[in-house]
Amino acid sequence: MTALSSSPGSGALPAAARAGADGATAARSSTPSAGAVSDAPLSAAGAPTASRTRGPREERVQLSHLLFALPALAFFGVFALLPLVGVVALSFTSWNGIGAIEFTGLTSWTDALTRSTTWHGLALVVLMVVATWLLQTPLSILLGAFLAGQQRYRNLLAILYFLPLLLSSAAIAITFKSLLDPNFGLANGLDMPLLRQNWLGDPVLVWVVLLFIIAWQFIPFHTLIYQGAVRQIPHTMYEAAQIDGAGRVRQFFSITLPQLKYTLITSSTLMVVGALTYFDIIFVLTQGGPGIATRILPLDMYLTGFRGNEMGVASALAVMLVVIGLSLALGVQRLGGRDSSASQMEGA
Amino acid sequence: MQRNWIGGAFGWLWLGVVLLPIYFVLITSLKSISTYFGSNPVLPSLPLAFENVTAVLEADFTRYLLNSIIVAAGTVIPLVLMAFMASYSIVRGTRRVFGPVRSLFLLGLAIPVQATIVPIYLMIIRMHMYDSLVALMIPAIAFGLPLSILIIANSLRDVPKELFEAMDIDGSTEWQKMWRLAFPIVRPALITVAVYQTLMSWNGFLFPLILTQSPEQRTLPLALWSFQGEYATNVPVVMAAVVLSSIPIVLLYAFGRRYLVSGMTAGSGK
Repeated sequence: MTALSSSPGSGALPAAARAGADGATAARSSTPSAGAVSDAPLSAAGAPTASRTRGPREERVQLSHLLFALPALAFFGVFALLPLVGVVALSFTSWNGIGAIEFTGLTSWTDALTRSTTWHGLALVVLMVVATWLLQTPLSILLGAFLAGQQRYRNLLAILYFLPLLLSSAAIAITFKSLLDPNFGLANGLDMPLLRQNWLGDPVLVWVVLLFIIAWQFIPFHTLIYQGAVRQIPHTMYEAAQIDGAGRVRQFFSITLPQLKYTLITSSTLMVVGALTYFDIIFVLTQGGPGIATRILPLDMYLTGFRGNEMGVASALAVMLVVIGLSLALGVQRLGGRDSSASQMEGA
Repeated sequence: MQRNWIGGAFGWLWLGVVLLPIYFVLITSLKSISTYFGSNPVLPSLPLAFENVTAVLEADFTRYLLNSIIVAAGTVIPLVLMAFMASYSIVRGTRRVFGPVRSLFLLGLAIPVQATIVPIYLMIIRMHMYDSLVALMIPAIAFGLPLSILIIANSLRDVPKELFEAMDIDGSTEWQKMWRLAFPIVRPALITVAVYQTLMSWNGFLFPLILTQSPEQRTLPLALWSFQGEYATNVPVVMAAVVLSSIPIVLLYAFGRRYLVSGMTAGSGK
């Protein structure tokens, strides 16, 4: 974290964002060297001559650097940061999505907090996060460790595993909808009465389906992350363990798992923050039903704002979502005992 | 090393879990509506029915395909260029100025896109861009920047600074160094980002749902969704639409897999 914490302004950055910092290793090792060339005239007190001759040119260089960053900065500022401020502001207004926006103080917030669907949606988000993590993490690690072997067929498996990630959530939801059809779906084809359930009409079964589909879609992604990480574990560690007589299972628990610690933090952060925003799958699959059994907070936000025309209340729900997301991401980092877990894919 | 039986067994089981739904979609898309209702759902039935494909193509599929291509290109090209230039200035600029810039973009990684849709909706309306394809590109570019910059900047850091010094001696400007030296060297990272963001754009559902209205502006995922509503009783046609909408992205994956996977696994925790 040396590079990050020494740079001004980074203190204000939430740990969740810092967690996203490039494989922290890269940040640590190369920012100083990258800055070294241009930093020298500004900071090296022992080289006044160099500073005199290179000063103006350095300034020009800095100016052009800033110009290069300008388009991205402007775009990001206006269309990503401003909406973040905007959603907080809008949560203190009433707006039906078409007419005038009226400042109404805390009305939207009290509305949001007194609706039972809000609390229901919040509880479902917690359920989603916890269940997703418990289901996907062990399986991803197991698969990742398996795929890390060097045989060619394992690479082929990795290619096939990746396929669900290519499909849009809409396509996946539509596919599973017909797959689960009690009359024309899998249950009928495999002749398994156990499968012949009212999968999407039962408030409990629908969650089994939902968690399974999300696992189907995202386990491959986390598997890939773990596969990459396991391959980076030095072979010598396993060889030493073998000499000591450790079996495969023992090796897994004593070497592989501990070595995966930071990957676990990365993957968990992504999983947890991702689980907060599942929307399209649920929207296409159940529309929040049956009843409100799957009306998870993000979906509730959409339905409240864009179907119920209560944009103020929807904004309040959105603010909650941001707060939960940040605290969860932060919490995972804390649990991991390091605030720089390094993820390239956060927020993906 | 002993064999990993548990992992192996589960690995092959998972392969079945992954492939079964895909197999189901493929065979169902080639069934006629009458054989769909009459045949075993998990077995293919002959003769193969290509009329589903025709039906999908007649339902304006090409327009939605074109829309998706336009939105993906209009998102990814400016996104990669902007992210590259910003990464260049972050990596090559001094820390005093660019530390905060970097931190600002990292902050973006922690923003759940979904939480910002109401203000984005408002902005797009006020900019008179509601129900246009451009409306879909703008937020996608903005929210694609942080991750793209992260990946590209990581790659740029590995460029030996001697190369830049050599170009300094030749009297090159920063602009020339950026495009003639840095750009070709980090091309793999740029392709990684491009493939990944194309995937994101191609599968995006939320922005099209909120920022467009008319059928003419639909991209594939949204078209798929409304198509399913219209053809609820003709599952084979819907499955054919699923297949057709996925073909382009599977082709892209076939081409960019190497970059996508390496970009995804590299630096995800050491």
